[in-house]
Amino acid sequence: MATLSELPLRWQLFLRTYRWRTIDPVPWTPLRKPLSECRAALVSSAGFSLPDQQPFDESIRGGDFSFRMIPGDSDVRRLANSQRSELFDHRGMLEDPNLAFPLDRLRELVARGRLGSLATANLSFMGSITAPGRLVQKTAPAAAALLVKDQVDLALLVPV
Amino acid sequence: MCNQAVSLVAAELERQGIATVVVQLLKYVAEQVRPPRALVVPFPHGYPLGSPGDPGRQHEVIDAMLRMLEDSSLTPPALVEYDPE
Repeated sequence: MATLSELPLRWQLFLRTYRWRTIDPVPWTPLRKPLSECRAALVSSAGFSLPDQQPFDESIRGGDFSFRMIPGDSDVRRLANSQRSELFDHRGMLEDPNLAFPLDRLRELVARGRLGSLATANLSFMGSITAPGRLVQKTAPAAAALLVKDQVDLALLVPV
Repeated sequence: MCNQAVSLVAAELERQGIATVVVQLLKYVAEQVRPPRALVVPFPHGYPLGSPGDPGRQHEVIDAMLRMLEDSSLTPPALVEYDPE
Protein backbone atom coordinates (compact mmCIF):
# COMPACT_ATOMS: atom_id res chain seq x y z
CA MET A 1 0.00 0.00 0.00
CA ALA A 2 1.53 3.29 -1.02
CA THR A 3 -1.56 5.38 -1.63
CA LEU A 4 -4.17 6.83 0.71
CA SER A 5 -7.01 5.60 -1.48
CA GLU A 6 -6.45 2.05 -0.30
CA LEU A 7 -7.21 2.99 3.31
CA PRO A 8 -10.68 3.05 4.91
CA LEU A 9 -12.48 6.30 4.07
CA ARG A 10 -12.42 7.72 7.61
CA TRP A 11 -8.64 7.27 7.73
CA GLN A 12 -8.24 8.87 4.32
CA LEU A 13 -10.15 11.92 5.55
CA PHE A 14 -8.12 12.10 8.75
CA LEU A 15 -4.78 11.77 6.99
CA ARG A 16 -5.70 14.36 4.35
CA THR A 17 -6.82 16.95 6.89
CA TYR A 18 -4.17 16.23 9.55
CA ARG A 19 -1.57 18.98 9.90
CA TRP A 20 1.64 17.07 9.20
CA ARG A 21 4.96 18.25 10.67
CA THR A 22 7.05 19.17 7.66
CA ILE A 23 10.79 18.86 8.21
CA ASP A 24 12.31 22.09 6.93
CA PRO A 25 15.18 22.47 6.41
CA VAL A 26 15.91 18.78 5.85
CA PRO A 27 19.08 17.81 7.72
CA TRP A 28 21.55 15.53 5.94
CA THR A 29 24.46 13.45 7.15
CA PRO A 30 26.35 11.59 4.43
CA LEU A 31 27.79 8.17 5.16
CA ARG A 32 31.41 8.83 6.05
CA LYS A 33 32.84 5.33 5.69
CA PRO A 34 32.03 1.94 4.13
CA LEU A 35 29.02 0.11 5.58
CA SER A 36 31.35 -2.70 6.63
CA GLU A 37 32.95 -0.27 9.09
CA CYS A 38 29.71 1.33 10.31
CA ARG A 39 27.90 0.80 13.58
CA ALA A 40 24.18 0.48 12.86
CA ALA A 41 21.15 1.07 15.06
CA LEU A 42 17.57 -0.01 14.58
CA VAL A 43 14.67 2.29 15.43
CA SER A 44 11.10 1.03 15.16
CA SER A 45 7.73 2.53 15.99
CA ALA A 46 6.00 -0.85 16.35
CA GLY A 47 5.56 -0.49 20.11
CA PHE A 48 7.74 -3.42 21.19
CA SER A 49 9.19 -3.69 24.70
CA LEU A 50 11.09 -6.33 26.65
CA PRO A 51 9.27 -8.25 29.41
CA ASP A 52 11.08 -6.33 32.17
CA GLN A 53 10.23 -2.94 30.66
CA GLN A 54 7.19 -0.75 31.16
CA PRO A 55 4.74 -1.29 28.26
CA PHE A 56 3.71 1.76 26.24
CA ASP A 57 0.72 3.67 27.54
CA GLU A 58 -2.14 4.01 25.06
CA SER A 59 -3.99 6.36 27.42
CA ILE A 60 -1.54 9.28 27.00
CA ARG A 61 -3.36 12.00 25.09
CA GLY A 62 -1.67 12.69 21.74
CA GLY A 63 0.34 9.45 21.99
CA ASP A 64 3.02 7.90 24.18
CA PHE A 65 6.19 9.75 23.14
CA SER A 66 8.60 7.63 25.24
CA PHE A 67 10.94 4.94 23.92
CA ARG A 68 12.48 1.71 25.15
CA MET A 69 16.09 0.69 24.58
CA ILE A 70 16.34 -2.79 23.10
CA PRO A 71 19.91 -4.16 23.41
CA GLY A 72 21.39 -5.54 20.20
CA ASP A 73 21.69 -9.05 21.61
CA SER A 74 18.00 -9.28 22.54
CA ASP A 75 15.92 -12.29 21.53
CA VAL A 76 13.15 -10.86 19.30
CA ARG A 77 10.83 -13.69 20.35
CA ARG A 78 10.77 -12.15 23.83
CA LEU A 79 9.51 -8.79 22.59
CA ALA A 80 6.04 -7.88 23.82
CA ASN A 81 3.81 -5.55 21.86
CA SER A 82 1.51 -2.84 23.13
CA GLN A 83 0.60 -1.24 19.79
CA ARG A 84 -3.19 -1.03 19.64
CA SER A 85 -3.78 0.98 16.47
CA GLU A 86 -6.90 -0.10 14.59
CA LEU A 87 -5.37 1.10 11.36
CA PHE A 88 -3.52 -2.08 10.52
CA ASP A 89 -3.30 -5.84 10.88
CA HIS A 90 -1.00 -6.74 13.80
CA ARG A 91 -0.80 -10.47 13.12
CA GLY A 92 2.32 -10.40 10.95
CA MET A 93 4.57 -8.63 13.43
CA LEU A 94 3.25 -10.70 16.32
CA GLU A 95 4.09 -13.86 14.36
CA ASP A 96 7.53 -12.54 13.40
CA PRO A 97 8.76 -9.39 15.19
CA ASN A 98 11.55 -9.12 12.58
CA LEU A 99 8.86 -7.84 10.21
CA ALA A 100 8.91 -4.52 12.11
CA PHE A 101 11.96 -4.90 14.37
CA PRO A 102 14.50 -6.79 12.23
CA LEU A 103 17.16 -7.34 14.84
CA ASP A 104 17.92 -10.87 13.55
CA ARG A 105 18.39 -9.54 10.02
CA LEU A 106 20.85 -6.86 11.18
CA ARG A 107 22.83 -9.40 13.20
CA GLU A 108 23.04 -11.54 10.04
CA LEU A 109 24.37 -8.54 8.09
CA VAL A 110 27.03 -7.98 10.76
CA ALA A 111 27.96 -11.69 10.61
CA ARG A 112 28.31 -11.44 6.80
CA GLY A 113 30.46 -8.33 7.10
CA ARG A 114 27.99 -6.06 5.26
CA LEU A 115 27.71 -3.97 8.44
CA GLY A 116 30.48 -3.34 10.94
CA SER A 117 28.57 -3.77 14.19
CA LEU A 118 25.14 -3.51 15.74
CA ALA A 119 24.41 -0.83 18.32
CA THR A 120 23.79 -1.54 21.96
CA ALA A 121 21.13 1.15 21.83
CA ASN A 122 18.38 0.05 19.47
CA LEU A 123 15.18 1.97 20.08
CA SER A 124 11.51 1.12 20.19
CA PHE A 125 8.83 3.80 19.96
CA MET A 126 5.06 3.66 19.86
CA GLY A 127 4.06 5.20 16.58
CA SER A 128 0.49 6.36 17.16
CA ILE A 129 1.57 9.89 18.06
CA THR A 130 -0.88 12.49 16.80
CA ALA A 131 0.65 15.35 18.83
CA PRO A 132 4.41 15.01 18.15
CA GLY A 133 5.59 18.16 19.96
CA ARG A 134 7.03 16.29 22.95
CA LEU A 135 8.57 13.70 20.64
CA VAL A 136 10.37 16.45 18.71
CA GLN A 137 11.40 18.56 21.70
CA LYS A 138 12.25 15.91 24.31
CA THR A 139 12.33 12.30 23.20
CA ALA A 140 14.03 12.53 19.81
CA PRO A 141 16.98 14.56 21.20
CA ALA A 142 17.32 12.06 24.09
CA ALA A 143 17.24 9.18 21.59
CA ALA A 144 19.86 10.87 19.43
CA ALA A 145 22.10 11.45 22.46
CA LEU A 146 21.94 7.74 23.31
CA LEU A 147 22.93 6.73 19.78
CA VAL A 148 25.72 9.31 19.64
CA LYS A 149 27.05 7.97 22.95
CA ASP A 150 26.91 4.45 21.46
CA GLN A 151 29.02 5.77 18.53
CA VAL A 152 26.36 4.86 15.99
CA ASP A 153 27.07 5.84 12.37
CA LEU A 154 23.74 4.98 10.77
CA ALA A 155 20.18 4.19 11.78
CA LEU A 156 17.47 2.25 9.97
CA LEU A 157 13.99 3.36 10.99
CA VAL A 158 10.92 1.20 10.53
CA PRO A 159 7.31 2.30 11.06
CA VAL A 160 4.28 0.01 11.01
CA MET B 1 1.27 8.49 12.35
CA CYS B 2 4.03 5.86 12.55
CA ASN B 3 5.48 7.19 9.30
CA GLN B 4 5.66 10.71 10.73
CA ALA B 5 7.09 9.61 14.10
CA VAL B 6 10.08 7.75 12.64
CA SER B 7 10.70 10.59 10.19
CA LEU B 8 10.86 13.16 12.99
CA VAL B 9 13.27 10.96 14.96
CA ALA B 10 15.37 10.48 11.79
CA ALA B 11 15.64 14.25 11.34
CA GLU B 12 17.01 14.66 14.85
CA LEU B 13 19.50 11.82 14.34
CA GLU B 14 20.72 13.46 11.13
CA ARG B 15 21.15 16.78 12.97
CA GLN B 16 23.38 14.92 15.44
CA GLY B 17 25.55 13.38 12.71
CA ILE B 18 23.91 9.98 12.22
CA ALA B 19 22.94 8.99 8.66
CA THR B 20 19.40 7.58 8.43
CA VAL B 21 16.93 5.83 6.14
CA VAL B 22 13.26 5.46 7.03
CA VAL B 23 10.81 2.99 5.55
CA GLN B 24 7.60 4.74 4.53
CA LEU B 25 4.32 2.93 3.92
CA LEU B 26 2.51 5.97 2.52
CA LYS B 27 4.17 8.08 -0.17
CA TYR B 28 1.73 10.90 0.58
CA VAL B 29 2.96 11.15 4.18
CA ALA B 30 6.62 10.95 3.12
CA GLU B 31 6.03 13.87 0.74
CA GLN B 32 4.34 15.91 3.47
CA VAL B 33 6.84 15.23 6.28
CA ARG B 34 10.03 15.03 4.15
CA PRO B 35 12.36 12.66 6.04
CA PRO B 36 15.99 12.93 4.84
CA ARG B 37 16.03 9.50 3.14
CA ALA B 38 12.80 7.55 2.60
CA LEU B 39 12.27 4.14 1.04
CA VAL B 40 8.59 3.91 0.10
CA VAL B 41 7.42 0.29 0.14
CA PRO B 42 4.26 -1.13 -1.46
CA PHE B 43 3.28 -3.22 1.56
CA PRO B 44 0.23 -2.91 3.86
CA HIS B 45 0.44 -1.16 7.21
CA GLY B 46 1.82 -3.59 9.78
CA TYR B 47 4.05 -5.25 7.14
CA PRO B 48 6.89 -2.74 6.60
CA LEU B 49 9.45 -5.36 5.52
CA GLY B 50 7.06 -7.44 3.43
CA SER B 51 6.18 -10.78 4.97
CA PRO B 52 6.52 -12.49 8.36
CA GLY B 53 8.86 -15.49 8.34
CA ASP B 54 10.43 -14.39 5.05
CA PRO B 55 14.03 -13.41 5.84
CA GLY B 56 14.84 -13.17 2.12
CA ARG B 57 12.27 -10.43 1.50
CA GLN B 58 13.21 -8.66 4.75
CA HIS B 59 16.86 -8.64 3.65
CA GLU B 60 15.90 -7.25 0.23
CA VAL B 61 14.14 -4.27 1.81
CA ILE B 62 16.99 -3.66 4.26
CA ASP B 63 19.50 -3.90 1.40
CA ALA B 64 17.52 -1.26 -0.52
CA MET B 65 17.79 0.97 2.55
CA LEU B 66 21.53 0.40 2.82
CA ARG B 67 22.02 1.17 -0.88
CA MET B 68 20.35 4.54 -0.31
CA LEU B 69 22.95 5.27 2.35
CA GLU B 70 25.74 4.31 -0.06
CA ASP B 71 24.34 6.41 -2.93
CA SER B 72 26.31 9.65 -2.83
CA SER B 73 24.20 11.11 -5.67
CA LEU B 74 21.08 11.45 -3.48
CA THR B 75 20.13 14.86 -2.12
CA PRO B 76 17.69 15.75 0.67
CA PRO B 77 14.85 14.93 0.88
CA ALA B 78 15.59 11.68 -0.98
CA LEU B 79 12.66 9.43 -1.80
CA VAL B 80 13.09 6.04 -3.46
CA GLU B 81 10.28 3.63 -4.27
CA TYR B 82 11.04 -0.02 -3.54
CA ASP B 83 10.11 -2.38 -6.36
CA PRO B 84 9.59 -5.93 -5.04
CA GLU B 85 9.99 -7.48 -8.53
